[in-house]
Amino acid sequence: MHVLSRPSLRKVIHSAIPFIAFTVFVLPLVLSEPAHAIPAFARKYGLRCSACHETWPILNNFGLKFRDNGYQIMDDRDAPIWQNPSYWPATFRMTPLWHRFSNLQAVDTYAAGGVSGAAIQRITSTGVDLSGLDFLTGGTLYKNISFFLTPSADSTGAFHFETAATRFDNLFGSTWLNVKVGKFELNNLLSEKREVGLTGDGGEYQTYHFIPVGDGNIFGQMGDNQLGIEYLGHSYNDRTRVSAALLDSDDGNVNLTLGSNSYTGFFTFDQAFDAGKWDVQRVGAYAMVGQAATYYKTTGGVPIPGSGVNNQSFSRIGLTTLFYLGPHFDFSFVTQHGQDNAWFGQGYGDAVATDGNGGVTCTGPTATTPGCPPNATPGTTLPVTARAPIWNGYTMEARYIYSPQLIFIGRFEAERMQQQATLGVPQNLGNINLWDIIARWNPFMTNRAGLALQAEYTVLHQIGTGPTVGLTTANLNENELLLATDFDF
Amino acid sequence: MRTALQKWALAVGAAAFFALPLVARAQVTTVEIGSRDNIESHVDGYTGHVKDAAYDYRRYCVSCHGPLGDGNGEVAAWFDPAMWPKPRDFQLGIFKCRSTPSGTLPVDQDLFDTIARGMDRSAMPPWSQFTRYQRANLVAYIKHFSPRFVSEKPGTPITIPAEPEVTPERIKAGRDVFARVQCWKCHGVQGMGNGPSAATLTDDQGRPIEAFNFTSGARPKCGDTDRDIYRIFMTGLDGTPMPSFADNIKPDEAWDLVFYLRTFMPQPSKERELAKTMHLEPVNPNAPAGQQ
Repeated sequence: MHVLSRPSLRKVIHSAIPFIAFTVFVLPLVLSEPAHAIPAFARKYGLRCSACHETWPILNNFGLKFRDNGYQIMDDRDAPIWQNPSYWPATFRMTPLWHRFSNLQAVDTYAAGGVSGAAIQRITSTGVDLSGLDFLTGGTLYKNISFFLTPSADSTGAFHFETAATRFDNLFGSTWLNVKVGKFELNNLLSEKREVGLTGDGGEYQTYHFIPVGDGNIFGQMGDNQLGIEYLGHSYNDRTRVSAALLDSDDGNVNLTLGSNSYTGFFTFDQAFDAGKWDVQRVGAYAMVGQAATYYKTTGGVPIPGSGVNNQSFSRIGLTTLFYLGPHFDFSFVTQHGQDNAWFGQGYGDAVATDGNGGVTCTGPTATTPGCPPNATPGTTLPVTARAPIWNGYTMEARYIYSPQLIFIGRFEAERMQQQATLGVPQNLGNINLWDIIARWNPFMTNRAGLALQAEYTVLHQIGTGPTVGLTTANLNENELLLATDFDF
Repeated sequence: MRTALQKWALAVGAAAFFALPLVARAQVTTVEIGSRDNIESHVDGYTGHVKDAAYDYRRYCVSCHGPLGDGNGEVAAWFDPAMWPKPRDFQLGIFKCRSTPSGTLPVDQDLFDTIARGMDRSAMPPWSQFTRYQRANLVAYIKHFSPRFVSEKPGTPITIPAEPEVTPERIKAGRDVFARVQCWKCHGVQGMGNGPSAATLTDDQGRPIEAFNFTSGARPKCGDTDRDIYRIFMTGLDGTPMPSFADNIKPDEAWDLVFYLRTFMPQPSKERELAKTMHLEPVNPNAPAGQQ
């Protein structure tokens, strides 16, 4: 067996750098061909994926309209009765990847004879890994009746239903009357479920998930799919869109495990404008207002799932924009002004969590299981220093679309505390900065399958939430590098 | 007397004469099409340019209409004409939905409107989310595939007179027109698209094509307003068996026919209401002329 010596290995690596650079940066530009269709819907309609997606899975304006019409192009041939009987509206998606993850951790230090203390050190690990599996099925059951179902597994193969919704569209022949019921993505103009990021930190929008340090409100999660019923109305050309959803305040968890007697409303409005050669520009706003439980009745000291009461309020409001600067460049901006009731700020709200901080499996509140959220049992009072936590979030995402098969994305997110939940806590505790850079190339796409090669680098910085050693708490500093093959069939 | 050799030579010559244009059609190249890159469209206040539509055509249109605009995109082979018509061959310069007389080129506005409206019961969606600028450019792009847009001028749009008031008499008169020009032969006496000729219908390229079923609730391909329906039978749908009746029907009669056809359509309309009170019978194909 021929083994390379170190110098010759180095020489090989050096000589390979131009080849790798050529492969990553030049070859995509040369080989990018017209994008074809993605599976499922593209197979049905014969349209290329680029018809609906800027790059899969990000929707363009036509894709947004297609989705708002209940996965119909409105040609009177949308119902499955018109399809070849062998057509099956399903797509598998999975992402084998190479991953480098680096963060700070509290690490034991040793002296002769054993552990002598602890120190904060950076741990970096690399290796080939897997994403979860999405099994995406959706389409029409009948004209103007459609469904979407996504059984989804995490990387260990544990399944849950990411989406399961039935839609009734164009009721009474009006595009302004559409109703959806089940578990579904909220009507976010900048869709987290369709973002391209694949890293742990970059794969979700921080603004959609941010809660202050120590806050117990598990529901204020705009990025998670939620259980409820949604009304959507839109103009024929989809320039104007409005939605209102009534949601269970249990963050999409099934079996009524949490405060199932509390509800949340989520309202959106957006308006697009014909800007001539600058394409369609869209601006909108959203508001989430709701209540969630802070007190669970107990048996033997252990909270009873579904017994949540003593509802307290929270809100998330913000603006969304989607600006196109011609066909190749677009820019999204989302803001959020969030506020939770002081009870949430003190950690109440999730006493029946199945997995508390630090991997602790919670079977009761803090009083019975250290590390788990507290329960606002009768007689509980808030400390005098307790206040409603308030914060502001900003997400900016810019995309350069060289062709539907090659896209570059840059994202910056900032979450800033305006008022901490407890008087005296440093103003910037929990503030987040995130940077995410993505290059995604689809060497081919057909209406049978798709494959993307993706390179992504993410940096997440959060103040005061890193490891603690003694009296010192470090900032959270994580960075991730990912090289992935993202395929669907 | 011709010898056998002469006969063969004549036959081969004749075959070549007729076949050569077909060979030439098959050899249309991007260079030839590219020579028409300077074609413009002028519509809705915009001047459309071919080069500005290339990206959108590639993103949205090419899978059906093909890179040469000949309707042979990568998915065209999978379209079953009985279910979905084959994509339009832009090189022919023949378009169904026009405001211009049969056999003439459409004006830019016709193509502009078709893009936004789509073609019902086909794979052509309504691309209404495009900006007007995008659509104007795409019109120029569509035109540049066909040499007809270089050698010919578009037809003059027909004049559509103001729509008269619907009356029972007009509906009855429309039924007479329906019988006289034999709409029922394709569309059936009850407008269900099942007339005696329906099963034999083919388009100009020999592909099966359906007669429109007015009772299905579907929208007519070229628009569903009264004016659109009027226009359809006064201009015809070029490339299909639906002719222009401009020479057979007076404008007033055309409106009568519109009103009668509305009685077939399930969408709520004054015509339907009137038809119910009139107890209108379908036309009798065997009745003597003028005795419906």
